[in-house]
Amino acid sequence: MTPVQATSFHHNLPHSEPGDVKISVRGLNFWYSDFNALTGISVEIRKKAVTAFIGPSGCGKSTFLRCMNRMNDLIPGTRVEGTMLLDGADIYGQGVDPVDLRRRVGMIFQQPNPFPQSIYDNVAYGPRLQGVKKKSDLDGLVEESLKRANLWKEVKDILGRGGLTLSGGQQQRLCIARVLAVEPEVLLMDEPCSAIDPTSVQKIEDLMAELKDTVTIVIVTHNMQQAARVSDYTAFFLQELAGEPAAMVEFGRTSDIFTSPTDKRTEDYITGRFG
Amino acid sequence: MDKRITNNIAVAVLWVAAGITVAVLGAIIIYVFVNGVRVLSPAFIFTWPHGVNSEGGVWPTIVSTLYVTILSMLICTPVAVLAAVYLAEYAHQGRIVSIIRFAADSLASVPSIVMGLFGFALFVEAMGFGLSMLSASLALSLLMLPIVMRATEEAIRSVPRYIRWGSYGMGATKWQTVSKVVLPAAAPRVITGIVLATGRAVGETAVVFYTMGQAIWLPISPLESGRPMTVHLYLLAVEGINLPAAYGTALLLMLMILGFNLSARWILKRYRKV
Repeated sequence: MTPVQATSFHHNLPHSEPGDVKISVRGLNFWYSDFNALTGISVEIRKKAVTAFIGPSGCGKSTFLRCMNRMNDLIPGTRVEGTMLLDGADIYGQGVDPVDLRRRVGMIFQQPNPFPQSIYDNVAYGPRLQGVKKKSDLDGLVEESLKRANLWKEVKDILGRGGLTLSGGQQQRLCIARVLAVEPEVLLMDEPCSAIDPTSVQKIEDLMAELKDTVTIVIVTHNMQQAARVSDYTAFFLQELAGEPAAMVEFGRTSDIFTSPTDKRTEDYITGRFG
Repeated sequence: MDKRITNNIAVAVLWVAAGITVAVLGAIIIYVFVNGVRVLSPAFIFTWPHGVNSEGGVWPTIVSTLYVTILSMLICTPVAVLAAVYLAEYAHQGRIVSIIRFAADSLASVPSIVMGLFGFALFVEAMGFGLSMLSASLALSLLMLPIVMRATEEAIRSVPRYIRWGSYGMGATKWQTVSKVVLPAAAPRVITGIVLATGRAVGETAVVFYTMGQAIWLPISPLESGRPMTVHLYLLAVEGINLPAAYGTALLLMLMILGFNLSARWILKRYRKV
């Protein structure tokens, strides 16, 4: 069987106007040591929008997400080929410090991961790393970030309490507040709702809609309904054979992908025929 | 045989085995308590021994023991913790790390009398610190080093990966992540390790016998000699001078170690709630 064919851009996406695209990826290949996990990925992540990556387990969507802030650099033996531009500058270019990159491209994980510290200290963590010391400045940043994450009302009287005492959904919003406190331009969310209760999922989905005006959001999700609800653009990833590299099958407006996919495999997946 | 009977026999055997453990511990504690509690009084704790039969109290030996314990903790902790951070976070996980880890484990199993001999040769003789608090503390810290190091390493490794990712994922460097997230998260278990190692040092006899001497003396400077509780206890008992005082000292020693262990548990429990 031939590997998955190159990505088709279609559905008459609006022609990219300058300044419209936040992250642009061309012909990306990714290796875990000898294993070629991703091949030929090309995609454009737009500003002021939510882009969802969907696909069955093991299709490389999380791997691809972690390429965008070079979290994969933490795994020994990984390698990237191709270009990935953030505002036109190569993320993998010489002299790019992944630490600086990750400040601009923040990340939320599947497992809510507050630090075992107080709610306040969790949110103040990033600003403190950047040298913010004044109590009043920190107080302001903490309050603003918690408000942006829709958590302020619930925690404003218990800021000194441990972050781990919150419920799972609150913890995830705390992590979002923690990332927002360093004012990232892009927010990568790796299945942010798969480990929390349904009521909290609703809150986080609402939050994404509010945040997308100020932060470009990319979300990996197993849940197709969620992708349909929250995203403006959707990319469908697929690994057709175990051991073969995964590829992006289709990318387009979410409304088009879910109503009239052009690729048979996309249609099969979203109609629940596999995965 | 009927499965249920087999099961009952198994349960009974396990129960007896567990019971023996508890009974032995209980017997020791009760024996020392009954014999020691008679002499235990504020005067016993806070006065000096005097006379040919060491009547009176044990105050200087308590001070000597606490002095040397705290000093060895101060010497051992930074080295052990930093070594553990290096091993767990920075070192390339390969042969060298396995060798270091094996060395630490072997160091932990060196008989304390050998460690005492080594401490005597190195600190008392070669480095010229004499029989002193400093020599004893250095020798004891060698004993504590592998315990604290391995406890710290385990503590660091048990901090979940995704907590580190949270830090890296917002632009923290490795050192920022280690010092501001990983170490605080590991702190309760690190402190527990330190306290348990300290408890070990309090009860250590052979090492301090070689390196501190046995002068009944209230040490001020680290270069002064002294007599730790364990050595005092040994001398009182072996030379048959004053057996009741020996039991009293033994009871005090056990209470101190119990105190250390309980505080370790308390620290762990307290931090777990956050």
